[in-house]
Amino acid sequence: MWEYTDKVKDHFLNPRNVGILEDADGVGEVGSLACGDALTLYIKVHDNIITDAKFQTFGCASAIASSSALTELLIGKPVEEAEKLTNKDIAEYLGGLPREKMHCSVMGQEALEQAFKNMRGEAPPQAEHSHEGELICECFGIFDEEILRAIKENNLQTVEDITNFTKAGGGCGKCIEDLEKLLAQAKGESVCETPSSEPAFPAQGMTNIQRMHLIESVIDNDVRPPLQADGGDIKLVDIDGNEVVVQFLGMCSGCPSSQATLHNLVATKLNEKVDPDLIVREV
Amino acid sequence: MKTIYLDNNATTQVDPAVFDAIKPYFTELYGNPSSMHRFGGQVGVEIKKARAAVASLLNCLPEEILFTSCGSESDNTAIRSALTAFPEKRHIITTAVEHPAVLSFCKFLEKKDGYEVTYLGTDEHGRLDMEEYKAAIRPDTAIVSIMWANNETGNIYPIKEMAQIAKDHDVLFHTDAVQAVGKVPIDLKDVPVDMLALSGHKLHAPKGVGALYVRKRTPFRPFLIGGHQEGSRRAGTENTTGIIALGTACELAQKNMNEENTRVRALRDKLENGLLSAVPNSILNGDKENRLPNTANISFGYVEGEAILLMIDQVGIAASSGSACTSGSLEPSHVLRAMDVPFTFAHGSIRFSLSRFNTEEEIDFVLETLPPIIKNLRKLSPFSPEKQGLGL
Ligand code: FES
Repeated sequence: MWEYTDKVKDHFLNPRNVGILEDADGVGEVGSLACGDALTLYIKVHDNIITDAKFQTFGCASAIASSSALTELLIGKPVEEAEKLTNKDIAEYLGGLPREKMHCSVMGQEALEQAFKNMRGEAPPQAEHSHEGELICECFGIFDEEILRAIKENNLQTVEDITNFTKAGGGCGKCIEDLEKLLAQAKGESVCETPSSEPAFPAQGMTNIQRMHLIESVIDNDVRPPLQADGGDIKLVDIDGNEVVVQFLGMCSGCPSSQATLHNLVATKLNEKVDPDLIVREV
Repeated sequence: MKTIYLDNNATTQVDPAVFDAIKPYFTELYGNPSSMHRFGGQVGVEIKKARAAVASLLNCLPEEILFTSCGSESDNTAIRSALTAFPEKRHIITTAVEHPAVLSFCKFLEKKDGYEVTYLGTDEHGRLDMEEYKAAIRPDTAIVSIMWANNETGNIYPIKEMAQIAKDHDVLFHTDAVQAVGKVPIDLKDVPVDMLALSGHKLHAPKGVGALYVRKRTPFRPFLIGGHQEGSRRAGTENTTGIIALGTACELAQKNMNEENTRVRALRDKLENGLLSAVPNSILNGDKENRLPNTANISFGYVEGEAILLMIDQVGIAASSGSACTSGSLEPSHVLRAMDVPFTFAHGSIRFSLSRFNTEEEIDFVLETLPPIIKNLRKLSPFSPEKQGLGL
C-alpha cells in the first residue's frame, strides 16, 4: 500500500511549513471538501523573493506531501523563478508520485498560480471558476482548458493519464468520450462535433458528485459575482441530500436583507439551474 | 512492531488449527480425489467430510454444497446460472451496495448483454426499503441477488423476508453471504434462499476457496464445464487443501459462533463507543441495530481516509478506508454514497473489522493512539467545523 518514495512518506509524516501566514501577501485556495482534496497556500514576498510559505491541506498522503514540498521549493526563490514552477517540479522534488496521484501535484501548481494572482489583486484567494472554456468533467468540475494544458505540459497519452493528472474521468465516467476527443484534439487529429441536448433540469439523472459540482459552479458563476460587487461573498459549506448549506461572508454576513438574498438569489438560481427541489439554508 | 489487525472483512488470518489440518495434504497425501486408487480415494474422503462441515454450519444437505475458487466465482455462477436457465427472463434485482462481485457483474450484464437491472437504494443508515423491493419484482425477473451482510457497514439485510417474497413470486433468490457466514447463525432450513455464496478466507481458511449453496431442485447451469467433479456442476480438479481448510474453518466457526457474538461484539462496541466519544465530529455509518458483531464503520469529519490509514499504519494498526483515494477511483465508497453520507464525512471513513483473534489490549491501544492522530491531521486541514460555521 505504501507505493510512495521515502521522500513522500517523510513529507507526509513530517510536513514542513504547516499553518497560516496571517500577514501573507498572496493566498491561493483550490479544491473543496467534496472533491476529497483541498489546499490553501500562503506566500510572503519581500524584495521580490519569497521569504515564507505555509500551507493547510485536506487530502491524502500525497496531497499533504505535495503541499509540503511546494512550500520548501518556494521559500527563498525569486518570484520570477517561482512562477515557472510546475507540477512536475513538485513531483520530481518528491522523487516521483504514483501516476494515479499526479493530480495532487497539479493542485499545488494551481494553488501557487492563485496565490500570485491574489498577490497582484487579480483574484480572491478562492479560485474563481470564470472559465471561458467548456465544463468537461462535471464530477470534478474540470474545464477543457485545464485538461488541454495538462496534456500538453505532461505529454499525456491516454484517458487514464488525464484522470491521474486532473481527476477528470475519475467519477461516473460520463466524460470519458469527451476526454478522448480532447486527447485527439491535442494530438492534432480532427474530431467531429456531436450536438448535445441539454435536459430541462440538468441535475436529474446525475450522480451525487456531479450534482454537487453543478451546485458549486452555479454558486461560483451566478451567485458570487453580484454579491462580491457589493462587497460581500458567499461560501458553500455542505450539501446533504436536498439541503444546500451556505455561509454569507463580508458585507453579506449580518446584512439585514440576507434572508431575501438567500431566497431571491441563491435559492432561485439553484432551483432554476440545478434542481427545483433544493432547499438552501444559511449557517 | 506488532500488527493490530482490524481489517478482517478484507481477509482473515488462517486459523493455526486449520493450517495444521491441511499440512499433510500438500506433502504426503497429495492424491487426486478423482483417481481410482486408494491414494487418491483417501483425499476424496476428506473432501466429503469438508462438505458435511460446510453443510452443517449452514444447516443444509452436503449435496447442496459446491466448492468453488472464491466468493466472486460463487456469485457469478449463481447469477449466470439463473439467466441461462431462464433465457426469456431479462430482468435482475440487486442493490446499490453490493460487493463488486455482484455489482460489477450486473453492470456488465446490463451493458454488454442488454439485461435490465434494478438497483435498490438505501436510506441514510444503509437499510433497504421493502416496498421498493416488492414493487421492483416483475414477471420477467430472472433472479434477485441481495447480500446477507454488507462488507463496509456490516449491515444485515432481512434476507428471510426478502427470499420469501421472491419465492411467492416464483423468482430465484441468491444471497452473497460472504461476510455473514461464520459470524452470525445461518439456518437454510429456515431461510428460503435458492443459492448462497461464501468465501473461505473471510472465516480463517486460506484464499482461493469458496462455496456455493444450491438448494435441491433449483434449476442449475454449470459455469465451468469439463470433468465430472462436484457432480458435474463445477469442473476442474479440486483445490483439495483449500476445501479441507474450508471444512475445518467451518467446524471452528460453528464452535466459535458464540464468542463472535458476545466477546467480539463487546470489543467492537468498546472500540466504537470509545472513538465516537473521544473524537468530536465523528459518526457511525450503518444500521446500529442490525449489524455484524465485528464491524464498525466510522467517519471522521474534515480528514481524508487514506491519510488516517497511513498514519495508523505507522503505529501498526491495519484497517480499511472507504475513501476513494486508496481504491484508485476518486469518488468515495459507493456504499457510503448510496447512503448519502455528506461529503464532509464520506471522505474520512474508516472500517474496523474484528475477529476472534483480537484482544482487549489491542482495542485499548487503538483508543489511545487514534484520537490524537485525527487531531493532528485536522490541524493540517484548511477545514474545520468551526471554520465551516457548523458548530457541530
Ligand atoms: S463527468 Fe467526468 S467523471 Fe463524471
